[in-house]
Amino acid sequence: MTPSPASPATAAAPALPVQPPQGCPFDPPAEFARLRTEAPLSKISLPDGTEAWLATRYADIRAILGDTRFSSDTTRPGYPLSGMTGGATTEHRGFIRMDPPEHTRLRRMVTREFMVKRVEAMRPEIQRLTDELCDAMEKRAGQDVDLIEALALPVPSLVISLLLGVPYDDHELFQRLTGTLLSRTVTDAERESARAELRAYLHQLVSAKEAAPGDDILGRLIAEQQVPGEITHDDVVAFAALLLIAGHETTANMIGLSALTLMRDRETADRLRAEPALIRGAVEELLRFHSIIRNGPRRAATEDIEIGGQLIRAGEGVVVAVPSANRDPEVFADPDALDVCRPNAQHHVAFGYGIHQCLGQALARVELQVVIGTLLRRFPEMRPAVPVDEIPFRSDMAIYGCHTLPVTW
Amino acid sequence: MNITLDADKCCAAGQCVLIAPEVFDQRDEDGIVVLLDAAPPADQHDAVREAAAICPAAVIKVDE
Repeated sequence: MTPSPASPATAAAPALPVQPPQGCPFDPPAEFARLRTEAPLSKISLPDGTEAWLATRYADIRAILGDTRFSSDTTRPGYPLSGMTGGATTEHRGFIRMDPPEHTRLRRMVTREFMVKRVEAMRPEIQRLTDELCDAMEKRAGQDVDLIEALALPVPSLVISLLLGVPYDDHELFQRLTGTLLSRTVTDAERESARAELRAYLHQLVSAKEAAPGDDILGRLIAEQQVPGEITHDDVVAFAALLLIAGHETTANMIGLSALTLMRDRETADRLRAEPALIRGAVEELLRFHSIIRNGPRRAATEDIEIGGQLIRAGEGVVVAVPSANRDPEVFADPDALDVCRPNAQHHVAFGYGIHQCLGQALARVELQVVIGTLLRRFPEMRPAVPVDEIPFRSDMAIYGCHTLPVTW
Repeated sequence: MNITLDADKCCAAGQCVLIAPEVFDQRDEDGIVVLLDAAPPADQHDAVREAAAICPAAVIKVDE
């Protein structure tokens, strides 16, 4: 792409780049490479006509996300909310949209639930759920199976429902509603209606647990935080909605993209099958390579702050391009190559950086390690059932991935 | 090597535990970092430096 000539001061800034290059569905927008060199902090215009800064360099992005003078509070002046689609909506203002000290207070109420050793203790259960779903897939050999619907979505969905304490009788409803939220074959109205129904469901679930708190995240929040008056019913519902959405769509899309990548890269797949110990590192590299958070995180500057030589003024918004940071050649050698033995893959910012870094990352890692390892082992012949250019990629969504992924074996 | 922590800033992301489990742990009640060994043996140094480098809240300070 050639750089555009200097535009008149009145011309609108370009929109946030979202389209992968032609024929390269796994790559971030090509524009990021030019911006990193020529204008690592540049102005973009948002769909509502306002402007925000776009950060594209790894070092600047870590500096921004690691600095609490950049606020996560969506109600602050200049917060670049416009143009966020997909899972990220404003309807539940959970702690990810707050600053310290409120953010710290609420986040710490659930940090122990996602501790490494607690999540590791769930590994056998996650393996069992994955095996059951793979058993069901095996019975459909010879047919085209949508891997998103058959595996990528149900694994995180079942795990989240287990953590939240969704009663077994409600699983079908829960699965249907979360499936509708991810689907592209439904209309906007149907998706909105599913969102409303899910919200109503979560209210009802929290109310039921208020009557009889069980041994699950919501039960513990009610008994230990709501009963003593630290938080309200609505706060518990917001926790439920946040954990549901944050840990669900993201993991589902990572599973889909990772499976597709390894189906197309036989050499790497064979290597991982031969040396399963490499899967841990491969998951980090897949997180870096795919960087599914495509138009965020976002912040609002609360004072004038210089980043990479550029002054960002108080009240200005910043959009951080995670896919660009994770392909920055200053940090990752040959960044557009997938190298499952890359020594510094775990330096990626796919889970964000700073105090808001993904709380569920240990869980996401275990889910990805289990599912990818199991797929490689049990379905060595699996391949896409359609040409890659017929796979509907989520270029239109805040979280990248495949809407559907037909496979056969 | 001497390690100090600013545990008040910890956001319990847990990467230090994954990278250097002999040096870092998490408190059972809230997942906040715990230092198991403030002066670990040399074979742990690379892992500790790596944990400090990726700690999202810059909690881990290493003096060598």
